[in-house]
Amino acid sequence: MGLILEGIREAFHLFATLDSEVMAVTLLSLKVSCCATLISLLLGIPVGTLLALADFPGRRLVISGVNTGMGLPPVVVGLFVTIFLWRNGPLGFLEILYTPAAMIIAQAVIATPIVAGITIASIQNLPANLKLQVLALGATRPQMVWILVREARLPLLAGVMAGFGGVISEVGASIMVGGNIKGQTRVLTTATVMETGKGNFDTAIALSLILLSLAFGVNYLLTLVQQRERPR
Amino acid sequence: MKRLILAVLTLTLLLAPFAHADSRTVILATTTSTQDSGLLDLLVPLFEKESGLQVKTIAVGSGQAMKMGEKGEADVLLVHSPDAEKKFMADGFGATRRLVMHNDFIIVGPSADPARIKGTGATDAIKRIAQAGAFFMSRGDNSGTHAKEKVLWKGAGVNPDGQKWYQQTGLGMGQTLNVAAEKKGYTLTDRATYLALKKGLNLVILVEGDSKLLNIYHVIELAPARSPKINTAGGKAFADFMVAPKTQGVIGRFGVDKFGAPLFFPDAGKNPAALGL
Repeated sequence: MGLILEGIREAFHLFATLDSEVMAVTLLSLKVSCCATLISLLLGIPVGTLLALADFPGRRLVISGVNTGMGLPPVVVGLFVTIFLWRNGPLGFLEILYTPAAMIIAQAVIATPIVAGITIASIQNLPANLKLQVLALGATRPQMVWILVREARLPLLAGVMAGFGGVISEVGASIMVGGNIKGQTRVLTTATVMETGKGNFDTAIALSLILLSLAFGVNYLLTLVQQRERPR
Repeated sequence: MKRLILAVLTLTLLLAPFAHADSRTVILATTTSTQDSGLLDLLVPLFEKESGLQVKTIAVGSGQAMKMGEKGEADVLLVHSPDAEKKFMADGFGATRRLVMHNDFIIVGPSADPARIKGTGATDAIKRIAQAGAFFMSRGDNSGTHAKEKVLWKGAGVNPDGQKWYQQTGLGMGQTLNVAAEKKGYTLTDRATYLALKKGLNLVILVEGDSKLLNIYHVIELAPARSPKINTAGGKAFADFMVAPKTQGVIGRFGVDKFGAPLFFPDAGKNPAALGL
């Protein structure tokens, strides 16, 4: 119990003194996970919308695939991204292994199925006749899709939160493709693992608390947006 | 649509500073003990300042570090698994292998010492642990420490695999020590990591000073012929740095202020035979 109190004290100390290393680590966590979430939105929402609205053979199979992907283990993603990005791997010419760019890629791979899966559910949960009604009122197909996505924006925000929450908290992929390099690819989760390994439990607890506050802060902002628009 | 374009633009801007492909970086594959003890936190910035190169430290077990070297996924290795290193050199993966420093392994365990190994030799201790069936936590990850441990089991003529009291954590040294402390088990550890973590552990040193427990670190430059993508110049610069007199002085003083005794003993240029190799 004393250890946890010590960790809380350490967290406040690190915050109050604006410890430059901790600030850099926190900022990088935020940057990497925000970029990854953004990419996953750009990929996941169109794919999810397509899967929700289109009809083609094997559609259920693909949707099952996406739903499975929502639980994609980060270490598995980390392993495959590492193998692809190795110098002698298929994408080795990019030379981005052990850089934040590699972490963004890995996290985007983790978040995209989450966003796509929630997009499918959100769009399909819209009133079934909405699509027909919009078309009957003379909308073109792209307009219809746009209106449906707009209608589903509140549940879609839940997708953003789930995607962001999934990547800001994952450690398996980040430590493999990033390497936890001081000043370059050390993020809150990988730093926590390392400090635990070093036996610095108070610092590890402090980093966890910072991570939790960060996740809370981002989700609070998103929730504000979501609840402001709550349908009455 | 406008928003989409804006998002893509922001993304490109955000990603731009991350994409740097250059030969100014050196990938150092090393063991967890050099990182967990804090030594690299001290040495890497010194090297970066001196050379203008950027080091990417990947702290894994010695076994994995050498695998990365074999695949050409690292530029220089700092490892402590002499038998595997000799094989690595014999197979032509390394260009040079130079002695850097040593410390020693110790066997730690609960102060109650149920297998009564305190003060015995390494082989004897291992035998007693097996006989008593006392918990022993193994790294189990092909690290240098794990390799040393396997040599000890072999020397004692005991095969611990599959025994209930023999547990493999598959984790780094620091975490394995934590597991051993929680389970009140014995484990083999390098002295540096133990000293760095000691304050939070209920483990005491039970066996030390046996010549079989020497822990020797070498720096290995990789053979360029194996993979053209290896940054050989950068690797050589780091290897040279590790054995330079100034660096050796820093290594010898590391930990003195905090633990009252050095964690590593600099050995560059020494004849390996002097260490009993």
